[in-house]
Amino acid sequence: MISDAYSTDIKLIQVMDTDGKIDDSLLPKNINDDKILEMYRMMLYARNFDAKVLSLQRQGRAVTYAPLIGEEATQIGSAMAMRSNDIFVPSFRQHAVFIARGMPLDLIFLYWRGYEEGNIIPQNVKGYPVIVPVSTQLPHASGIAFAQKYLKTGSAVVTYVGDGGTSEGDFYETMNFAGVWDAPLVLIIENNQWAISVPRSKQTMAQTLAQKAIAAGINAVQVDGNDVLAVYKATQDAITKSQSGPTVIECVTYRMSLHTTADDPTKYRSDSEVEAWKVKDPILRVRKYLASKGIIDEKIDKEIIEAQTAEIDAAVEKAEQFKPDPSAMFTNVYSFMPQVLQNELDNAKTSNFWV
Amino acid sequence: MQMNMVSALNSAMDIAMKENDKVVLLGEDIAKDGGVFRVTDGLLEKYGSGRVIDTPLAESGIAGTSIGMALSGLHPIAEMQFAGFMFLAFSQIINHASRYRSRTRSSMSVPVIIRTPVSGGVKTLEHHSDSPEAYYSHIGGLIVVEPSNPYDAKGLMLKAVHMNDPVVFLEPTKLYRLFKQDVPEESYEVEIGKANKMREGDALTVITYGTMVPVVNDVVKSSNLDADIIDLRTINPLDERTILESVKKTGRVAIVHEASLSFGVGAEISAMIAEKAMFDLQAPIVRIASPSLPYPFPGYENYYVPNAQKVAQGLDRLMKA
Repeated sequence: MISDAYSTDIKLIQVMDTDGKIDDSLLPKNINDDKILEMYRMMLYARNFDAKVLSLQRQGRAVTYAPLIGEEATQIGSAMAMRSNDIFVPSFRQHAVFIARGMPLDLIFLYWRGYEEGNIIPQNVKGYPVIVPVSTQLPHASGIAFAQKYLKTGSAVVTYVGDGGTSEGDFYETMNFAGVWDAPLVLIIENNQWAISVPRSKQTMAQTLAQKAIAAGINAVQVDGNDVLAVYKATQDAITKSQSGPTVIECVTYRMSLHTTADDPTKYRSDSEVEAWKVKDPILRVRKYLASKGIIDEKIDKEIIEAQTAEIDAAVEKAEQFKPDPSAMFTNVYSFMPQVLQNELDNAKTSNFWV
Repeated sequence: MQMNMVSALNSAMDIAMKENDKVVLLGEDIAKDGGVFRVTDGLLEKYGSGRVIDTPLAESGIAGTSIGMALSGLHPIAEMQFAGFMFLAFSQIINHASRYRSRTRSSMSVPVIIRTPVSGGVKTLEHHSDSPEAYYSHIGGLIVVEPSNPYDAKGLMLKAVHMNDPVVFLEPTKLYRLFKQDVPEESYEVEIGKANKMREGDALTVITYGTMVPVVNDVVKSSNLDADIIDLRTINPLDERTILESVKKTGRVAIVHEASLSFGVGAEISAMIAEKAMFDLQAPIVRIASPSLPYPFPGYENYYVPNAQKVAQGLDRLMKA
């Protein structure tokens, strides 16, 4: 005898199409045009911020940087769906999540100028710092989610990983732990199609990345990651049911630019592929929608961008005034000061090494 | 009360859980089974499955989720079933536990204890006998402790759980049930970063820790050596003061550990002494350790781990130099 042991399917959700047309049956109840305008502003903000850091990096005023252009809807849609007490655990490309959650811009710049002090995150931001080793932030997120349940805070934890990161062991271990613990975790796969030079097709034979969650026995959904409303909806739904367990959301998006500033994508992908994705730009479709409603026009657009640029420039200026104190390297290693470190600090101070 | 190291550790965790409801235990087989060495035995019954947690079988997941718990105000005590399996968690421990405080300039911290049985001598299978203390000590940011007796084990565990730092807690398998000692039933602390001068002498200094402590003790006694014996207890941060005071007094130093010789803890201590007390030495420093090769199969371990004869020969060489 042979019977079906298990079967499933993965749904793909799109709320707003590339022409800016909304499927009203899927639009979350709390979304109105004001909220869509706010999403639009935030996505623009993220894109302006991104362009600024890129330009600073090219001038030697920032360290290696991972641009987010093209992925604004995935990041803004998910961040704006979070409630004030929800917590985010990023990877290294989620600058828009930090921005949307109210992280002071000068601190974000400070991190990307290469200073740990940029990781002093204000309590109200309710987030954790950039994590560089791929997928290693995910087990933290499931531990943080466990703690929310243990401490009965009611908070959900939203964490991020790329398409390449879904091949890592920590990705599977996280889904598995969170599943076993019914932890309030929302795991967003920011599938931007490229893990540096390796395309999504070479990362796995799985037809969707979302389906990897099925093996862990947890909720899974795929959304158009360039549709800010779809990402918002999926994240909101996942947060709503997070108290009864975790969800994986695969956001299908595209890395329009570099992996990082150390990368040259012309070596491994074609211009025609990039051009094809431009039609699906996450900001463009919202602009079409808002323009069709008479909410924005070129003049308003220009005013928004100018105001944002002024804020961003002021934050850069503030970050560039930061004066590093090398003794901070020594005094923040343990909760106490070991003699060995004290001696090394004293030696460094009395030598001319820091002059 | 008479306790072996297993019951002393169990008593420490019992007190820690009673004192602070933010303390949780997690690991493979630690709840119902009480751990493969029974160190957490009975705690599930006392504190329930919400606080004594059998995890899925995934060491990186255990370490990583523990880090997340610690970042959220809990104080997890994670058990790694064996030090050899703990390398799967190495990325989490080295990349995150050690540096979360410094990379956030103390705005966040990771109060987590990662316990694991270490070292050999009990005829276990491959990968069950590693002595990994040097790896965890090299990075900085981690506290690495290794008790050699029940009293220190309980006191160090209670101290660790009262601190706001990541602690790698190494428990010599061979010493788990080797002997009992009078251990207070109530809470007490053994200072971290402070070595134990077990025995006073003027002719030589023997620095050791873990499984080699009883071996050194026996050799010194049976050879009638006038030795200072220093049990490090904490590998990192190293108690330089106790070591240097003794070296300046005796002028002769041996360092004895089970971990393999090259690039080991003995090398660090030798270099430190060479830098800070070279001219107090009357003889070259002697290191007594396992050979610089991977831990062998159990059939060969008696040829590998330093025994009383090897330690005695080393100390004899030191005294004759």
